[in-house]
Amino acid sequence: MFRFILRRLLQMVLAFFGTTLIVYALMFAGQTDPIQALAGERPVTAAQRAYLTEKYHLDQTGVGGFFYRYFDYVRSLLQGDLGQSLTGRQIGDILQQAWPVTVKLALIALAVAVVFGVTSGVIAGIRRAGIFDNSTLVLTLLVLGIPTIVLAPLAQYFLGVKWQLFPPTAGAEPSFYALLLPGIVLGSLSLATALRLTRTSVAENLRADYVRTARSKGLVKRRIVSVHVLRNSLIPVVTFLGVELGNLMSGAIITEGVFNIPGVGFNLFRGIRTEDGPLVVGFVSVLVVVYLISNLLVDVLYAVLDPRIRYE
Amino acid sequence: MTDAVIQPTPASATPEGGHLLEVRDLHVEFRTNEGVARVINGVSYHLDAGETLAVLGESGSGKSVTAQAIMGILDSPPAHVRSGQILYQGRDLLALPEEQRRQVRGKEIAMIFQDALSALNPVFPVGWQIGETLRQREGMSRADARRRAIELMDLVKIPAAARRIGDYPHQFSGGMRQRVMIAMALALNPKVLIADEPTTALDVTVQAQIMDLLADLRRDLGMAMILITHDLGVVAGVADRIAVMYAGRIVEHADVRSLYRAPAHPYTKGLLESIPRLDVRGQELSTIKGLPPNLMAIPSGCPFHPRCPYVQKVCVDVVPHDLVLGDGRTSACHFAQEVRDDSAR
Repeated sequence: MFRFILRRLLQMVLAFFGTTLIVYALMFAGQTDPIQALAGERPVTAAQRAYLTEKYHLDQTGVGGFFYRYFDYVRSLLQGDLGQSLTGRQIGDILQQAWPVTVKLALIALAVAVVFGVTSGVIAGIRRAGIFDNSTLVLTLLVLGIPTIVLAPLAQYFLGVKWQLFPPTAGAEPSFYALLLPGIVLGSLSLATALRLTRTSVAENLRADYVRTARSKGLVKRRIVSVHVLRNSLIPVVTFLGVELGNLMSGAIITEGVFNIPGVGFNLFRGIRTEDGPLVVGFVSVLVVVYLISNLLVDVLYAVLDPRIRYE
Repeated sequence: MTDAVIQPTPASATPEGGHLLEVRDLHVEFRTNEGVARVINGVSYHLDAGETLAVLGESGSGKSVTAQAIMGILDSPPAHVRSGQILYQGRDLLALPEEQRRQVRGKEIAMIFQDALSALNPVFPVGWQIGETLRQREGMSRADARRRAIELMDLVKIPAAARRIGDYPHQFSGGMRQRVMIAMALALNPKVLIADEPTTALDVTVQAQIMDLLADLRRDLGMAMILITHDLGVVAGVADRIAVMYAGRIVEHADVRSLYRAPAHPYTKGLLESIPRLDVRGQELSTIKGLPPNLMAIPSGCPFHPRCPYVQKVCVDVVPHDLVLGDGRTSACHFAQEVRDDSAR
């Protein structure tokens, strides 16, 4: 197990450099004149141009120059300095403000998926082909079929604007209540997937041979389901939810955009739109690390849940 | 192992003249979307305290379904017990409410299954699984259940039981896993042990060890045993009586010696003849022609008639009744006498 984690950590280093390199390349490859992009519409004097060229090592051209700038960037990144965005703000500060909002949103979404998705999935799995099962199947199919870009504005319009059950937008420093509707919208997709996964898993495990053994031991039905079947059924579900939490942590561009939530996805989207290279690369670098770590945790969790899995 | 080591359970409270366990005219069908499969069609057999009954038959003959009906662990739906009685110590189990039936499971009648790897829960240690029965049914404490689980694992001769109690099923070999299953089934000192093809998934050498273990335990603990198998070789050394099943019926019922000496049903005869023999050189291995019947459309008359070398007009039209041949032998064949005389020759 220890060796497995060590190996994965080493792989993470590679993955980190790989992804940052690609994102860095993509973000800056398209730009014609980075100095003009930095200045926006205003004119740039020769002195300013010379200063900025010096500062960002823009006199180095070609592939060599690109790598020179990339390693320059990574060096400061490893020192914890994400640099400045084109708007002049420290990217670290932006991230510090945005992240807690996204984490809150992610946790609400995950809670929705766990509480409603897993519970309903267990019930649907036990009462397979019943009314509850069939109606949840139709509902989840509907949710899975509607893209967030449609679902989010619909929820906002009906629940936020028309019936005014929730605040339609969140704004700066949003409260828990303001994040509830976006959280539910964001979590609905995970909910639907978690429900179907749980249902299939429970239904399958109910037919397993070990259930027959448990019955022949004269155990009560409640114990067979809640201990024997559930413990086995939840292995894939917990794994899925772990990966999903990693995804949710890295921000939800559409949901945060629609509900005007100043989270990670919201800032990232703004950075892409305004061609704010340093901001995008900085954010993505951190997101990559979060994603890699959460995936590692899921793998470790998987081995804890299922004794048959052993990493050497 | 000598009998002195473990005290056999005292002779059970079987009512005067009755059997310990008796299945009477059991009918079970599976109701599926494709139609109704008649899996058990009037099975009757009995088991007395301390004896071993072997139930023999090919896949789909209904031997496991009968056992699961006795245990009350049939998957229902699709399984449906249409009629019949299962008397245990004179009480009809089928008439009991579920809660009382549950009490019988494990405590009075226990069962072990074919493939111990899938029959054991993969995510719990074996000691926990053996102890669970004791904790849940006897209200034992964790520590007591653990201690008893080690004793049971010793009883079924798992080496270093105390050390292996925390291991998971996949960490055991096939034979050891089956021993764990047996230990689990013995936890509540059942009076009847149903072994459903306990050695099918095992190597031949391990098969013999498990059969010996079962025979020893049965004798030492004074249990009665129903041994379900399709392997005639397994039966010979262990069983007292044999019931041969075909298409959800008992076609022949006899004590082991006379059945082996002179089978009185063409199906049993075919089975015995299809065993390779070491004492005859260059023989062609004989087989029973044809396939097991489709349980959704069981042949008219005697269900074995399409495959039977003795078939006559009467076999197609009339369902044969059990023909009593003396010494407690029966055969459900119109020509039972002829078959037996043929075999004895």
